[in-house]
Amino acid sequence: MNERAHVLICSGSMCVSRGAKTLRDEFEEHLSRLGIRDEIKIVNTGCVGLCEQGPFVIVYPEGVFYSTVKNKDIKTICEEHLYKGRIVEKLVFDEAIDENHTVKAFDEIKFYAKQTRVAIRNCGLINPDDIEEYIAKDGYRGLGKALIEMKPIEVVEEMIASGLRGRGGGGFSTGIKWRFAYNNENDQKYIICNADEGDPGAFMDRALLEGDPHSILEGMMIGGYAIGADKGYIYVRIEYPTAIEKLKIAIAQAKEYGLLGKDIFGSGFNFDIEIRLGAGAFVCGEETALIASIEGGRGMSRNKPPFPAAKGLWGRPTIINNVETLANIPAILFQGAEWFSRIGTERSKGTKVFSLGGNIKNAGLVEVPMGTTLREVIYEIGGGIPKNKALKAVQTGGPSGGAIPESNLDLKIEYETLIEAGSMMGSGGMVVIDEDNCMVDICRFYLEFTVEESCGKCTPCREGTKKMLEMLEIISSGHGTLEDLDKLENLAHMVKNSSLCGLGQAAPNPILSMLDNFRDEFEAHVVDKKCPGGVCKPLINLYVQDNCIGCTKCATNCPVSCISGSLKEMHVIDNSACIKCGICKNVCPVDAIISV
Amino acid sequence: MKSLDDLKKIRDASQSKVTMRGKNVGTRILVGMATCGISAGARPVMNLFVEEIAKRDLNTVTVTPVGCIGECAIEPIVEVLQGEKRTTYCRVDEEVAKRIFNEHIIGGKVVNDNVIGKYRL
Repeated sequence: MNERAHVLICSGSMCVSRGAKTLRDEFEEHLSRLGIRDEIKIVNTGCVGLCEQGPFVIVYPEGVFYSTVKNKDIKTICEEHLYKGRIVEKLVFDEAIDENHTVKAFDEIKFYAKQTRVAIRNCGLINPDDIEEYIAKDGYRGLGKALIEMKPIEVVEEMIASGLRGRGGGGFSTGIKWRFAYNNENDQKYIICNADEGDPGAFMDRALLEGDPHSILEGMMIGGYAIGADKGYIYVRIEYPTAIEKLKIAIAQAKEYGLLGKDIFGSGFNFDIEIRLGAGAFVCGEETALIASIEGGRGMSRNKPPFPAAKGLWGRPTIINNVETLANIPAILFQGAEWFSRIGTERSKGTKVFSLGGNIKNAGLVEVPMGTTLREVIYEIGGGIPKNKALKAVQTGGPSGGAIPESNLDLKIEYETLIEAGSMMGSGGMVVIDEDNCMVDICRFYLEFTVEESCGKCTPCREGTKKMLEMLEIISSGHGTLEDLDKLENLAHMVKNSSLCGLGQAAPNPILSMLDNFRDEFEAHVVDKKCPGGVCKPLINLYVQDNCIGCTKCATNCPVSCISGSLKEMHVIDNSACIKCGICKNVCPVDAIISV
Repeated sequence: MKSLDDLKKIRDASQSKVTMRGKNVGTRILVGMATCGISAGARPVMNLFVEEIAKRDLNTVTVTPVGCIGECAIEPIVEVLQGEKRTTYCRVDEEVAKRIFNEHIIGGKVVNDNVIGKYRL
């Protein structure tokens, strides 16, 4: 039987956690009941990107984009759309319907129309469990071209010419890194895929591993051929069970099709890939710690040089590339370095995937050409801040990056410009911070993370991050002084300059950039003993304003019963008993409660 | 996988799995599939189009079921959209459907016997 329609169900982790797992069964049931099961193909895809509005169902050939789909909606979609051909408008994603009630196709929605998808080109469009769908989308042709038509050094040169830089955060030229390993002669070399994604708020790599695992395998094989390695490892954290499962399926299928193994494409090139599971330590994203972990040792970094390209896994030349970097490689080989280098800017070529999160309407996965401004990403693709709140800052680079203030929003995204602005590209987490957040509190959050994740090998990182966290706690409790701010800044510089590896060197970045851009907010904590964001509990009091409608919601929800007032009359909070939990503020239907 | 040709073979054979997912700019066949259309026999007509398309491996033609357009008395109604051109057929049974496919979709010549309207959108 030939299918007349394809139903794509987003089965990325985010949609599964929102209930996408049972949607397929619902489709099976209702389509069978209607007797049209044979006419429709159901495909579980990887992440389609707009996670905030998931789970998604896309129906082709029309490309209708249904969002926030629940189990009970499937019956309607089957009966109306698939059986009778009437698009169920009330389930279609809001932005896909224009004022004339015309339903726009999936790729015409603003969120997608503004993006350029290179690394996540197949995510959400193919079935990650079916190698043939990847091949149908020109998969493994880049590898074929490399193995048949090019010498290893030509592949290295092609990568250098493309201008691709490491997407894991460092931004070092991938081609030049490969050339180091190519030039280091050895009878055994390795290529490692760094899938130890650990930044809070980052999920680009997970989406890629789950949605298009073959692009990672192909990227590794091309890298292996270029540097002369016949063995690859994927180091992925055990916290990504779906990604691991998809990788296992992909590796098994690639072996079955002869794309992994001996004499690939009759070229004489052999390659094998194994998965190594990490326990989820942030430091293992650092390449020397990652190598130690694969070797069976404790995940701790060591001094560089020697760099892994010279002396890596088991002392052999090793290349470690990030997931997103690898996903770009097949596209570059297939379409040419020249094509790739036309995307982006002079210094930063290609695109970058960001996981957009925080106070943003369309949180999700976006891929934009380098040189796009932060404002475009946040307002045009991300849809702006919910409730029309004011934007305070954008945090890029996770716990290793910094905050970029509103005034700098027209900054073009490039490795260099972000560093000049006191932040960094990082692996691609982008957290939007609105006016209701406190910068001291956000610093504290990131420092709690780095204190926890510091491996403890070097003193500046082990002790320094802990001391910095203690100082931030003193400031947010209202017991800090102006002198403390200077001390904190000095210590931050000291830790940055003397730590052994990237974790410690970058840990003070949030503090330094926020002291730089939001010093007045820190000073408000120590001089006025106020928290302008209304977050630090010891420094705030909650008040009911006169737009209170007397609905009594706050009083009934207060865990310590410190709110008094009768129905339809203004309520009052007794600040001597208040524990500042903020529940009243969240439940108030008219935003009458403020924290100052 | 012993050569690039092997890969190309799999690629070509797998095209039908994914071509539907993308911009569909070719010919669209719309089949009226409301209650009236279905009771008048639209389902076998639609299935016939789907099968013929697959048989000839035409990846620029798609079939879409649509709702009732109002003239329930002359169902099943089939519309063929090619760019800006729209041709509407009525009383399409399987025989007529075969003719529409062979003469109009493949041959490019409208089957005048069953046309109720031919106009620009």
